[in-house]
Formats: sequence, structure tokens, C-alpha cells
Amino acid sequence: MDEIAITLNGATVNGSAGMTILELAQKSGIYIPTLCHDPHLKPVGACRVCLVEDEKTGFLLASCVTPISSGMKINTASEKVLEARRTVVELLLAGHPDSCIICDKGNHCQLRKIASELGIGHIEFDRIRRFYQIETTNPFIERDLSKCIMCGKCVRGCQEIEEIGAIDYAHRGFRAKPATALDLPLEQSNCEFCGLCVFLCPVGALTDKLSKYTGEVKESIRTVCPYCGVGCSMYLNVRDKEVISVSPAEERSVNGISLCVKGRYGYDFINSSERLQTPLIKKNGVFTESTWEEALRIIADRLKSIKENYGSPALGGLGSYRCTNEDNYLLQKFFRAALGSNNIDNSDMVTMLPFLSGLEASFGMGVTTNSIEEIENTDVILAIGSDITESHPIIGQKVKRAVKVNDALLFVVNPADIKIIRVADIHLKNQVGTETALINGLINVVIHEGFYNREFVNTRTEGFDKLKDHIVKYSPEYVEGITGVLAEDIRRVARSYACAERASIIAGQGSIQNGDGKEIAIGLANLALLTGNIGKEGCGIFYTVPHNNLQGAYDMGVMPDYLPGYQRLNDPNSKEKFEREWGIKVPGATGLTAKEMLHAAKEGKIRGIYVVGNNIVLSYPDKNYTIEALKSLDFLVVQDIFMNETAELADVVLPAASFAEKDGTFTNTDRRIQRIRKAIDPLGKAKADWEILAELSTMIGYPMKYESPGHIMEEIARLVTLYGGISYDRLEEGGLQWPCPHKEHPGTEFLFKDGFEKRHGKLIPIDYITPAGSSTFIPEVMLLNSGTGTMVRMSHGLSSIVHISNEIKVGK
Amino acid sequence: MDLSSLDKILSEYKNKKGALVTVLQKVQSEFGWVPPETIEPISKALKVFNSEVYGVLTFYSQFYLKPRGRYCIQVCLGTACYVKRSEDNLRKIKDELNIEVCETTEDMKFSLDAVRCLGACGLAPVLSINHDIYGSVKPKLIKEILNKYE
Repeated sequence: MDEIAITLNGATVNGSAGMTILELAQKSGIYIPTLCHDPHLKPVGACRVCLVEDEKTGFLLASCVTPISSGMKINTASEKVLEARRTVVELLLAGHPDSCIICDKGNHCQLRKIASELGIGHIEFDRIRRFYQIETTNPFIERDLSKCIMCGKCVRGCQEIEEIGAIDYAHRGFRAKPATALDLPLEQSNCEFCGLCVFLCPVGALTDKLSKYTGEVKESIRTVCPYCGVGCSMYLNVRDKEVISVSPAEERSVNGISLCVKGRYGYDFINSSERLQTPLIKKNGVFTESTWEEALRIIADRLKSIKENYGSPALGGLGSYRCTNEDNYLLQKFFRAALGSNNIDNSDMVTMLPFLSGLEASFGMGVTTNSIEEIENTDVILAIGSDITESHPIIGQKVKRAVKVNDALLFVVNPADIKIIRVADIHLKNQVGTETALINGLINVVIHEGFYNREFVNTRTEGFDKLKDHIVKYSPEYVEGITGVLAEDIRRVARSYACAERASIIAGQGSIQNGDGKEIAIGLANLALLTGNIGKEGCGIFYTVPHNNLQGAYDMGVMPDYLPGYQRLNDPNSKEKFEREWGIKVPGATGLTAKEMLHAAKEGKIRGIYVVGNNIVLSYPDKNYTIEALKSLDFLVVQDIFMNETAELADVVLPAASFAEKDGTFTNTDRRIQRIRKAIDPLGKAKADWEILAELSTMIGYPMKYESPGHIMEEIARLVTLYGGISYDRLEEGGLQWPCPHKEHPGTEFLFKDGFEKRHGKLIPIDYITPAGSSTFIPEVMLLNSGTGTMVRMSHGLSSIVHISNEIKVGK
Repeated sequence: MDLSSLDKILSEYKNKKGALVTVLQKVQSEFGWVPPETIEPISKALKVFNSEVYGVLTFYSQFYLKPRGRYCIQVCLGTACYVKRSEDNLRKIKDELNIEVCETTEDMKFSLDAVRCLGACGLAPVLSINHDIYGSVKPKLIKEILNKYE
């Protein structure tokens, strides 16, 4: 790149072409005050505080928008510059209220900081105030536009970064202000309360209601969001052992400076007064508080007696998509090693497994293939069955940015008019449950119009001829008849997808709710394989995992048929490896799934169930059946952060630490293992799940001695090749994506770069089967409903907005 | 309100970049104002944020978010008219119609605006009603002028 030399305050400095004066000054360590500038936003030169003097002409230039040019002589602090800046800031102050003493922005106010740097005290201008009503009706953001300095950061953040566009400048001149359409309150606009505007606001015009007047943050601890599967990095801001606010952690994160409403404002469940704080034992139908010693002793005795009387298979365990990898690993180890039962399943009963097993059949590995960051730089996106902006807002944001910033084409397959169709090029509005037919229609066009990647198909796949014969009947016209999607649209989408340099597929929960998730996954894999859109950057198939650590729960072998790291129970080598490490025989027979466990409980074959972090009464279909099954147990233990419908039925309830109160790791949707860190001590007597399990196991006669979750991860790394190179030391530098087989391995951003697991990707014909009975469409309302709502319901802001959004939806 | 003619305008400009002002002008000439319920369909069709549509609507004084009267009175307050006491004319109209600037009479007959220069300074003070221009207007002539409109 061309070097350009300019003189900055008398010294010669070099910058590259396209750099602004401000950027070069910052690089050279020269301070220029700014109010409207933010490196994440396009510069607009609105505030004029960054003025500098061109010494040759004497002109004042806004340094944030002026590119450097060769031979330029710039003075950033001449008397002329300072005088101009002072005038600009004094004019701003003339329209700004003197409410600093009660303004929550306090010492973080940029206007106040710059005013004091410029030596501004008394303002000689006439004060003209703008009077606006303080807007406080929504639960998250308080707007006091009388303090607004019109820097436009909120507007630009909302439009450029989030692509939500709830606000824009309205009116003109002195009356100008940021406003929603028709100047309605935020909660009646399309605001999603991601809170970025508050984060960017340099003054006190926008403030967080939840953290208002909670004082200065003493410590910020980096961790990972406990809601959806994106795995956003964030800081928990702590004061007096309480999390008072959350801010995004930008460096080495999937989310940059963005968070969604759940991440940013959903943290107040942590300090909820409803949290479980002591172990509870049910005596004569009533819970009474107990000590840990007593509670664990009862559990140990009861589990042991069930094992002795009915055998190990009479015990079952249910892990959690909320808990850490270490918690989940220990739970399955506790069941397999200490209790000798493979009856272990995670709390995800219906959502993810079919889809992933489809991908496994095709690629040999059932997991999201590429990285979330790549979505922004792809040319074509096919989003299927996923209301991404609701369920995974940060992935939704990347999709919108791909379209709006990088001109990607977006095709949305969804029976409903979801939000993202606003930016889509084509909305393939299919009949519910006809996705497989639609995918076959796309494949038909790709093959018969000759758009498939011959080289890729020949060298890296198998089964082409069979697929070609099979697909004949799925002509676009035939598929139109089934799906209701126009044949012409099917053709256009197939051609665009096949001809793109890089094309990705994003599939979500909605694509698997009709019981054909596996077929859909295989169909999508066929499409990716035929067009070579797999095994390279910016391509692949994403499955948007619904929960923060559901991926991790699977990875950790919280499944009845797999040991950690998807190592089969019936593979003697794997089994032996675990037996050596654990020093005990691992039971060989495949255990029961969660569903089977409930059946078995009703039949009296399962006598005791241990539930960790999961409200199965709500999360499993047929609530009454689940309740009956749990009631027929001899013994039920629930370990959770709140009393919930499942815990009500338990014999012993153990108070667990929340994500903010423990160390560990979560694995997100793109296989990224990231550290969560303890920010505060557990509430009351609560303990981390891994700690509870280790103590219990030791009590039961199978000692588990771990000093910290880091030691558990060392054991996981020894046993699970995919996690082989993972250690807490390395995770300090940011997340690592598995497979990461050894300590020097940098992690894997996208899979199958060097071929598929079983050498070839398999093209597998699938058929559209008319759904038996009526297909029901279950709209995703995931943004505000997460899991069973244990956390959301305990977050005041989130729970109230769920109410508002339901009202609005009903109103429509 | 019947918005069926909106679709025709929007289908012409669907997904066109930079067409927002044109579309808003067409909508306004179709309905006489820009009904708020058109903002959402316009924003969808042009793929712009609804807040942006509102921003543009409120930026330009030529757009009206409230229904307009059948006759739009524009009283010039530009320099030439101002020194010729056009404010007196404005006051008289306000009194006659019992409305303020930017308002419309209840019977939806007249809307009143104060504008800067109609480009007829030689005739100052000037006012216009729809496309009729009145020059050298005096307060005592106002009633007569207004009475011309049914």
C-alpha cells in the first residue's frame, strides 16, 4: 500500500492511502477529541470537535472525515483549532441541561470530559433548551433527548451495525432528534433492545434502566452469554459482589460490540431473590432447608440403595444445555463410572439430534461446518426454517450485514413472514413440512441445468448417479405443486446458489419440527456437495444451536450411546481408553434416552433420576406424562438455580451456581470452546454443578478430586481428541474451535478443508413424504423465550417485554 | 382508509434504490397527504428502514403527515412580503379560519402554511391558494378571497 508522509504538529509521520487525519493522529499517539466518531461506524463529521488546522491554507478540517494527502501540514492544537473547538463545545453546552450531578453517565460523559479538557467553565452564550419528555416506558432504555448532542452514533449503530434501523434522524434544524417511525415509544417500534445505542451514546441521553444509579463498576469479568448458541463474549460488570451491568467484549469474539437483548439485559436473574440458596429436602411433602452434608448423604444413600436393589440401569441422569462442559462431563462420568449406568441424556429431546445425524450421514461429522464470522463474507445465503433474527440475533445481524454491506443474495425458506424476509431477495414461502420437496427441487435444477461442480462431485463425493436418477421426478413444476413455491423462484435460487463463489446454508430449529430433520439435513448436504459449497471459507452448513451449551452437552457425551467426543460405546478402543483413565469398568450396553427413561420410570424400571439444570416438566412434550413419570419414581434429585416445575416434584433439591458464579467452558454453535469466568461468589450456599457432582461421587465411593474446572478440562483433553489441544491457558487468548487435536493446533475454523471424515462426502437420495396427519407450524418466538424460561422469567426486563411483545403480536 | 392505489405506486418502484423521495411525492399527490399507515409498506417495498421513511417525511416541509384541506393557503413571509406587512394578512386568515399555521380547518376546507418566498416579490405581499396567486393583498381583502372557495 502507498505510504503517504504528512507533517503532524511539526513532525513527519507516515500513513497509508485512505487513512483519515484522525486515524493517523491516533496511530501516532496524538490525541484529538471526538464526539461523533467511533471506529465501528462510518465517519460523518457531524460534531466538529475533531477540527484540525491545515497550516498551508489555514482551513479548519474535520479530521475524522479528511483523508491524508501527501505533503499535508496539520496542526491539531493551534490556538485557532482550540478556539474553534471551544466554540463548538460551548454551543453544545448551551443547549444541554446542567443536570450533570444527577446524570447517570457521570464521569463517563464525553461532552463533560472534552469541555473540561478545553478549559470551558462558564458559558457566555444564551442558553436555549430543548424540552423533551424523558421516555421511560420500556423496561431497558431510558431516553432523555434533552441531553442529546446529535452525534448520530445511536442512529448509525442501529442502522449500520445492527441493521435494525429502529431510529433515524427526524425533523430538521433545531428540532432534529433521533426518532422511531412516527416518533413512537421504542417498545412500539421495531427496536429490539439490543442496547447498542446506549453503549455508543457519549452523553447521558440514553441510559440503561437496569443499571441506573448502581454506582461505579469496580471490576469487569469476561465471560460468555448464557442464552442462545451464538456464544457472544461479554463482560459482567461487578460492584459489591453483584453483577450490575453487562457490556460486550469485542476482542476475539463472535459478536464484536453487539449483544442482543438477552445478553445485555437478561442478567438480572443472577441476583434474583427467587434463587435457590440452600439444599432442600422434602419431608412429609414439604421442603425443608438442610445442610449440604445431610442432603448429599441422603442422595448418596438413596442412589446406592436403588443400585443395590434394582441394579445400575434403574438410575438415570439428565444433563443440561445450560451447564458447562465440565459440569456435563462430570455428570456423565458420575453416571457411567460411579453408578455404572449409561442412562444419560441431555435436556434436548427433540431439537437438534435429527439434523446433526443427517449431516453426519453425509459428511461423516454432524456439526456446523463453518464459522459465524464467515457469514458476513458469503455471496449467497440460503436460510431455511430459521427465524434467525429472533432466535439468534447476532447471526441474524451477520446475515443482514452480508446482504446490506456486502451485497450478498439472501433466500429465505420459511412458511411464515419472518422479520428477515424484509432484506431477502426471494422468500420461498413453502407449505409447512414440504422442505424436503423444495430442496429436491433445487437439486433437480442444479443437476439438470448442469450447474453442479463436476470436479468436486467427481473427486470428493460418491453416489452422484443414484441421486441423479432419483431426483428426476422433482421438477420445479412438480415441486411447485407440493410446496406452493413458484417454479421460477426455485430455478432462480438453485442457479444463484450453485453459481456463487461462496454460498452458505443456515438451518434452524424450524426446519426440524416436522420429524424430517434428518432428511432435510441430508438434502441440504447434497446441495452443498453438488455445488462444492463445503470445505472452504464462506460456505458450509450452519445449524443454529438453540442453547448456549447444547453443543457442549453433546460433545461431552451426555448421550446414552456415546462416550465424550462422539466415541461409540461399542468401540472397544474408546471404551478401553476411558476405563484406563477412570480406573473402572464402563458399562457396555447403550443406555436409555430421556424419553425412554420417562417410559421406564412409569413402568417402574427406572427408580431414580438425577436432573441437572433442566426443567423437563416444561421442556418435554406432554407435560402430564412427564409429571406422572417423575411422580412414579422412588427418588428424584434436581439441581438447579431456581425452584421450578420439575424441582417441585423432587425429593432433594440442590442449589446450583449460575454461570456468573463459576468457571468453565461453553461450546457454541460453530464448535467454539470459550471460557466462562466466575465474577461473583455463588449466592447463599449454592455450589457449582461440577463441585456438587464431585463431592457426591466421592461420598458414594468413587472419588473425584478436581481442584478446578481447568483440571476437568485437562482430563477431557486427554480423552477426547476433538478437544485434545484445549486448555484453560490457551483459552485465555480467546475461544478455540474443535477439532483441536493437540496443543499446537490452532483450532478449525471450517471443516473438511482436506476432505471428509470417510474420504468422500455422500450424496444420499431423500424423498418427500406427505406428512402423516396435519403438519403444524410452530412459530419461533425465541428472542424473548429461551429454553423453558427459567432465566427469562426471573429477569424483570425480559419477562415484562415478553408480555409487551405478546400483546403486540396479538394486536396484529 | 383505502390504500389500494398505494400498491400501484410501490410496484413501480419496488426494490429501487434512491427512490424514496419520489415515492413519497407520488403518495402525497395521490392522497393529498402521506397517511402514516403507508410508511410500513413503503419501507418494505424500497427496503429502507421505516424510521428513515419517517425521517425523510419530517425533514422536508413539503410532506404532510396530517390530512390537508381541499384548499392550501400559502402566505409568503419572505423578505419582500414581510416588509410589506404580510404578517397582518396571516393574522387575519388565522382569525377568519380559527386555525394556526400548519393546521387545517375542521371542515377540511382550508390548510394554512407560512412559506418563504413564492417567487413573486413584485406583487408583495403575496399569498397563494392551491394554484391561484394573489398579489398586493391587504387584510381587508382576505374575507373576499376566502369566500371565492366553496
